[in-house]
Amino acid sequence: MAFVEKTALEDGASGMSEATAGDFFALLKPRVMSLVVFTAFVGLVAAPVAVNPVIAVTAILSIAIGAGASGALNMWYDADIDALMKRTAGRPVPAGRVKPGEALAFGLVLSVLSVMALGVLVDWLAASLLAFTIFFYAVVYTMWLKRWTPQNIVIGGAAGAFPPIIGWAAATGSVSLEPVILFLIIFLWTPPHFWALALFKADEYGRAGIPMMPNVAGVASTRRQIFAYSLIVAVVGVLPWALGYVGVAYGAVAVALGAGFVWYAWRVLRMADSDPVMRPAKMLFAYSLLYLFAIFATYLADKVIVRALAMPGV
Amino acid sequence: MQIETVKPTEVQIKARRSRSIAIALALVAFVVVVYVVSIVRLGPAVIDRSF
Repeated sequence: MAFVEKTALEDGASGMSEATAGDFFALLKPRVMSLVVFTAFVGLVAAPVAVNPVIAVTAILSIAIGAGASGALNMWYDADIDALMKRTAGRPVPAGRVKPGEALAFGLVLSVLSVMALGVLVDWLAASLLAFTIFFYAVVYTMWLKRWTPQNIVIGGAAGAFPPIIGWAAATGSVSLEPVILFLIIFLWTPPHFWALALFKADEYGRAGIPMMPNVAGVASTRRQIFAYSLIVAVVGVLPWALGYVGVAYGAVAVALGAGFVWYAWRVLRMADSDPVMRPAKMLFAYSLLYLFAIFATYLADKVIVRALAMPGV
Repeated sequence: MQIETVKPTEVQIKARRSRSIAIALALVAFVVVVYVVSIVRLGPAVIDRSF
């Protein structure tokens, strides 16, 4: 007779996690992270300081993980409303693949690790800015603004706009007006980008009880605000050239891209309130993504080309 | 005396293996990054010191 009897818990009754590594990767919001990586990279390369490639890669990696951590914290907190929207119902937490506690722990550990890594290995000002960005996105935007005011993505947009400043700080150890202009481009781009989405997803946001602009102020008011912000984005997009940070080629591209932004916003402005398909809003949403990528890519290209031409022997 | 043991399902075993591999790769990557950055930051000075 055995002194110890073993009773096996089977069929998942043990409560062991069924989350795969892919589920945890999805918590990092990889698509948002790719935009963060790109804009942080532009800020880092545009800075007037030569950075060792290893330090540059470490900085970008830390910023990417920090952005991912804030995404995980967002998915932990928002699981209840994510479950109510078709666009987000398949996310790991509302779908039941990752437990809320796992997502919270994952987000907190990565937040601390990314900030410490950026501080110890690269620069403490950049690390402080990264910590503030994570706090702003996870606490100020997710926990406070998102469910409280239709200005949620206007103010919350600051979180997505910080990466170029963090990249710049990682390279220089300081912040100047130039990365602040890059911040402003993303900050002012955010409302028309998300309100275009909110227009054709208004039903879903309404079901989840999120006070997006179309649900609170109405479709007509949102269309007018989108147009107003688009005009400002088009002007701010040209500022880097107007202030002499980049050449005329960038200025020409920025004017053309800005004109395109205003054109698509104009079509949204002219869109009927009762339009069931909202094709102009969908087109503006798609164009806004192209705009941000193109304007930062042009900015980067200008900096890299000018620097290459200034090298001795060229 | 009775001890409760856990007998994971196939899905749980597969998921745990996937997580374990990811954690292992992340740890190796972290060690490599810290090592390489230390060399880059300290350079030759890493061995140029008094004992």
